[in-house]
Amino acid sequence: MCASLVRPLILVSSFVVLASIEPAQAQSQDSQAIREELNRLRREFETLREQYTERLGALEARLVALEGAPRAAPGQPPPTATPLAELVAPVPPGAAGAGGPQGSLPVYGNVSALSKIFNPDVAVIGDFLGAAGGNPMQPAFELRESETSLQAIVDPYARADFFFAVSPEGIDIEEGYITFPALPGGLLMKAGRLRSAFGKVNTTHTHGLPWADRPLVTRNLLGGEDGISDAGVSVARLLPNPWIFLEATAEVYRGQSELFRSYERRDLTYVGHVRGYQDITESSNLELGASLAYGHNDAGPSATTRILGIDGTFRYRPLRRAMYQRLLARTELAWSRRSELGGLNAFGAYLATDYQFARRWFAGVRYDYSGRATQPGSKDNGTSWLVTYWPSEFNQIRGQYRRTNYAEGQTANELLLQFLFSIGAHGAHAF
Amino acid sequence: MNSCFSSCFRSAHMGPMRSDLPPRDVAALVMAIVVSLFAVGTAAAATVTVVATTEDLASLTREVGGDRVKVDAIARGYQDPHFVEPKPSYILRLQRADVLVVVGRDLEAGWLPPLLQQSRNARIQPGARGYLDASLTADILEISTGQITRAMGDVHPLGNPHYWLDPANGRRIAQAIVRKLTEISPGDTAYFNERYGDFDRRLTEAEKRWDSMMAPLEGLKVVTFHRSWPNFAERFGLDVIGYVEPRPGIPPSAAHTRELVQEMRRQDVRLILVEPYFDLRTPDAVARESGARVLVMSPSVGGLSEVTDYFKLFDYNLNLIASADEVAKGE
Repeated sequence: MCASLVRPLILVSSFVVLASIEPAQAQSQDSQAIREELNRLRREFETLREQYTERLGALEARLVALEGAPRAAPGQPPPTATPLAELVAPVPPGAAGAGGPQGSLPVYGNVSALSKIFNPDVAVIGDFLGAAGGNPMQPAFELRESETSLQAIVDPYARADFFFAVSPEGIDIEEGYITFPALPGGLLMKAGRLRSAFGKVNTTHTHGLPWADRPLVTRNLLGGEDGISDAGVSVARLLPNPWIFLEATAEVYRGQSELFRSYERRDLTYVGHVRGYQDITESSNLELGASLAYGHNDAGPSATTRILGIDGTFRYRPLRRAMYQRLLARTELAWSRRSELGGLNAFGAYLATDYQFARRWFAGVRYDYSGRATQPGSKDNGTSWLVTYWPSEFNQIRGQYRRTNYAEGQTANELLLQFLFSIGAHGAHAF
Repeated sequence: MNSCFSSCFRSAHMGPMRSDLPPRDVAALVMAIVVSLFAVGTAAAATVTVVATTEDLASLTREVGGDRVKVDAIARGYQDPHFVEPKPSYILRLQRADVLVVVGRDLEAGWLPPLLQQSRNARIQPGARGYLDASLTADILEISTGQITRAMGDVHPLGNPHYWLDPANGRRIAQAIVRKLTEISPGDTAYFNERYGDFDRRLTEAEKRWDSMMAPLEGLKVVTFHRSWPNFAERFGLDVIGYVEPRPGIPPSAAHTRELVQEMRRQDVRLILVEPYFDLRTPDAVARESGARVLVMSPSVGGLSEVTDYFKLFDYNLNLIASADEVAKGE
């Protein structure tokens, strides 16, 4: 068995030597290129070596299993007190010799299994929401979406991210964009369908929020569940300075969203965002941002909406106890001004905290206040109390008690129960 | 440099030379000043700026890079390297880096990709010249080949990422770093190779010391909290018979803890090794029930204040185990 493995190894190593000599003669001037080539081949060879070692280990483990079983049978006393398999298993589950399928995957059709490694990362996030309690302003049950994400690196210059939201209303592209992370001038560019960089909550997918719903100010002034999301281009740049992290984002959109409406091609929506971040200690930090959105609205071709937003976030997470304790306090304020009817002004805000008090437990509270964009003088407010349980980082169960006082004088008391679960490989979230 | 540039520019235009020199000469002078400023700039940047994701990799980079590199680590040694927050302040550090050294094997998958994407630094993107995955040349254990699911917990399909806890891998990582530094700064090749030679010699000596310390403990049975120590255990002859976590990344459960205590009693296990970022409540309870001792180990450089470099990492952990075993025997 060993001899049969050694021969391919010799072949491979002689190939490596030959392959490294070939380019060496061709480009004898460029020692840099040769060195790189050599390093690449060395890595390839290492990978091959690793694969052979694994295969060898797996085969040996099988041999031991095959030989070991009958040997113990005759003459020997029966094994006493079988040790707990989980505690003493010498081979981790899934590793070579653990009983799983071994060797290369079967090949279907002409394409080898290797081509699958270029498939994008696929994940599905289910968001199941149940609601109880009376609410005259909303349906008793809110059926929500399941989000499918496809994410991959396109080429050395770009990556792509797609998020499809499947809900009872149908399939919708929540986001789908290409990112150029390293353009000249330190620019980061995104193009496609995007959630715009207005404030903090607007950029976050529903499953990334610490609540089962979105704040009142989002629903009343900032485009509801979908938020400010549209097809367009986003360019972000770091603003170098000796003191803090400062980033400016400028975005241009087609002008068709929940909030904005384009009557002509030139009726674009513009969004700008500046954020500053500073570590206070290694465990705590502060982030402040200001946003501006401007575009035409649905009241007529000459009517526009302008929204100014301010956001602030304080985070505390001690590094040694990062798994067990963290605090996030966040507020967002928005001033909306619509130009029709001599100007309609509205203000809305929320203030929320989310505190992790055990490895799997979070508690939170949120206060909501918001006017309505087209009904000056109508003001809603509400308070939510939340408890979230995380069986694992892929699975969250959240209970939310929400009390909302609507401008019409009605009060809604609701209990929301949310199950969030994720399968597959979902890309890491931005901070 | 900017302020100097503008003031130099101003003096060229407004100083006494203005009346004496024809415009072409002034332009030449300005060009000369600009060129010299750039020359100064490149001379000053002769040190290679390295960002390592962990303090272990930073320490190894310091060993071989000496004063020709400027090294910075992202995760602190007392922090669980699986769960680091991708803070924007890290983006600033990555933006300036010439080389990024990562542990790989998906250890940083939860936080490095968004940082890299926002770093606006093409030099250190995966696949670029300044990106070094230290695991590619290291000896990796527990690589999964069969079907794995998350029912097994937070498993790393590409192998156990805690591989730096074997000095032989430390040597391999240092070699990979030397190759990368040489590629980036070929002028310092001799310097880096000399530093590596010195590191290799000191590590060989230290290994002799560690081996003689651990030889009497060959086969010592231990329990660890997380599956962080397979390379360490294999190298120094420890026998890990169980884990406080029922599965990797899954918090301890009552049923598993009971089974663990029974198994520890049965096999007379005296030591429980715990990383400094885990809660000690369950390990302490297991220790009380089974008569074992809890040792807070340093899984990384910087994990405890006295562990300041790669050598002290092993000095500290091995001393702790050896002295605890002596106490246990004395009881």
